[in-house]
Amino acid sequence: MAAPKPRVKVPKSAAAGEPFTIKTLINHPMESGQRKDKQGNVIPQKIINRFTCDFNGTNVVDMTLHGAISTNPYIEFDAKIDAAGEFTFNWYDDDGSVYTAKKSIALA
Amino acid sequence: MSRLTQVEERPQMNITRRDALAIGAGGIAALAFAPAAFGATADEAIAAFTGGATPGEGGIDIKAPEIAENGNVVPIEVNAPGAEEILVLAPANPSAEIFSVKFGPAAGAQRFSTRARLAKTQDVTAIARMADGSFVMAKRTVKVTVGGCGG
Repeated sequence: MAAPKPRVKVPKSAAAGEPFTIKTLINHPMESGQRKDKQGNVIPQKIINRFTCDFNGTNVVDMTLHGAISTNPYIEFDAKIDAAGEFTFNWYDDDGSVYTAKKSIALA
Repeated sequence: MSRLTQVEERPQMNITRRDALAIGAGGIAALAFAPAAFGATADEAIAAFTGGATPGEGGIDIKAPEIAENGNVVPIEVNAPGAEEILVLAPANPSAEIFSVKFGPAAGAQRFSTRARLAKTQDVTAIARMADGSFVMAKRTVKVTVGGCGG
């Protein structure tokens, strides 16, 4: 499996207090723990169980994911800012890895 | 003439075969999902989320396709202005919870969109905890042609 590579789409700038959309995508099998291999053994669950987005240390969203989220989780939500700064995105894998992405944004 | 009958016959036979397969697959799927031992059921998850409070209606909206051909990737969007936390459930999945999300101070709107797996046709359910501590719930039926939970 290719190492999960997060992709994030954030506008370059936004007006203060004006909501805008952030889109994120990460490649990950999101193995649900429901499937069986050819021998009939259950394939153990391996999913991203948590996703967070923070702006300059302030939380935007904190999501708990379960096995019912599709492969390569796509997540879309709205944020607003009152100053320029940086968004930090974290994906927490079942195996303990954390995948991180950062995006700066300017005030329009 | 005989050629024509052949052409006519063939697709019909295919359909019968496909139907038979579909029925067979459905039976297997039903067997696989019968033991609801995996994960939390929808009622348990709702009770844990609301603490026993009865959710009201309105103020929350689910956007999802009426018919999802592929149950592996069903776009679901939930919009609940003023919500602090949203829980989204697929009651007929082997494990009912799809996701839950908390909105922080930097959230621009209480709107969240992702893609989920649905095992079969069911009412996707969303519950939101509002800022005043009350709960609202919405349901939306999604018809699933091909289930998305393996077997």
